[in-house]
Amino acid sequence: MTLTPKERRFRELVLPHIDSAFNLARWLARDDHDAQDIVQEACLRAFRFFDGFHGNDGRPWLMGIVRNTFYSWHRQHQAQGRNTVFDEDLHGGDASAATGVPRADDNPEAILMRRDGRRAIDRALESLAVEFREVLVMRELEDLSYKEIALIVGIPIGTVMSRLARARKQLAATLAPGDRKHDGP
Amino acid sequence: MMDHEEAFELLPAYVDQELGVADALAVERHLRLCVPCAAQLAEQEAMHARLRAEGTRYRAPAALVQRIALDARARAQPRAGMFARLQDRAGSGLDVPMRSLHGWGAAALAVSVLALLWSAGLYLALPSGAQRLTAELVASHVRSLQVAHLSDVASSDKHTVKPWFNGKLDFSPSVVDLAAQGFALEGGRLDYLDGRPVAVIVYRHRQHPINLYIWPGAVSDTPPRDQDRQGFHLVGWSSGAMNYWAVSDLATNELEAFVALLRAQP
Repeated sequence: MTLTPKERRFRELVLPHIDSAFNLARWLARDDHDAQDIVQEACLRAFRFFDGFHGNDGRPWLMGIVRNTFYSWHRQHQAQGRNTVFDEDLHGGDASAATGVPRADDNPEAILMRRDGRRAIDRALESLAVEFREVLVMRELEDLSYKEIALIVGIPIGTVMSRLARARKQLAATLAPGDRKHDGP
Repeated sequence: MMDHEEAFELLPAYVDQELGVADALAVERHLRLCVPCAAQLAEQEAMHARLRAEGTRYRAPAALVQRIALDARARAQPRAGMFARLQDRAGSGLDVPMRSLHGWGAAALAVSVLALLWSAGLYLALPSGAQRLTAELVASHVRSLQVAHLSDVASSDKHTVKPWFNGKLDFSPSVVDLAAQGFALEGGRLDYLDGRPVAVIVYRHRQHPINLYIWPGAVSDTPPRDQDRQGFHLVGWSSGAMNYWAVSDLATNELEAFVALLRAQP
């Protein structure tokens, strides 16, 4: 199979970053299947706009498209009144309680075997409002710089900094009651 | 002297190491005297460290990567039926924020022009052999991730990985276990680079794979040097007549830390 030059460049610059794209989409959508749809759609868009991309770091570029794709998808779902899953108010920290769908790993054994800390931090992050969640995911899980986050989100670098500060503060507040509970008898 | 308001505001950037030296020192001076700032710093640092250590980084399912590669294929060489279906798909999701994409394009263009000028300067300073090797290393790294063929021998035990190379190469690569330092050994594989077979030792750090390429023939020891290419970082050095190159999408400083640990091994 011969690749066109555009396809080859796309494979080199964009495909290696599908994990980053998926991680962001998964944390934004909080659902595995939706995240897959969003990433696939985003990659179609990326390919369509690829002629206009002349950089040599495809990762922030692709993540910006993933984020835009998520937001237009999210708006569409809201418009259709099918947004119950994504209503921020319903997400009191436990996604499975809100959606009514049991998570595959929700059996008691799995819960016991998992480290409490891991579960707690993921749940806390999942419960944050999306504008705080996305900057934390980009900074802490994807290790993007303030400058890259500012470009992707379309906000000044100073706002990235203050948003991260507030996001971490909320995360600490969300985690605090759970941590105390574990200290008890 | 930095006042309290200013220092307090800059604390997150201090945690994220996004401050210049002068600002970082000023924040540190203020921190010694200010209890509320010290408390805020502790909270920011705790969440920063905990998310990095414990937060889940989801990985794309292999089937998704395949679907995307197929989509690109279909788009690059469209056949009638497939093309119509894809157009349909794309059309359905398209209240595209066109403006923001255009904005991105302009910003990306500005960034890439700068990057191009800068890297042009860098690459002009390199001999073309080194340039070709860098390209080969990145291509090999990318390939190893694309086809899910990171390891021929998958093991976290160096006593399994090292002997595996016996009889496959005309040299014996050193395999060290750095799991305790956060770089888990994942396995090894054979690869072909610079016109010869080479050993690749695969490590992982926080979900980021690291390919360490090893082959003999270095004429003299050279200290580690960094390169960036296509969003990947490379660190290369020579020691004991062996050539080493580490390639990863890790941040440069983390890859440098990895190399320092490797080089510190007896």
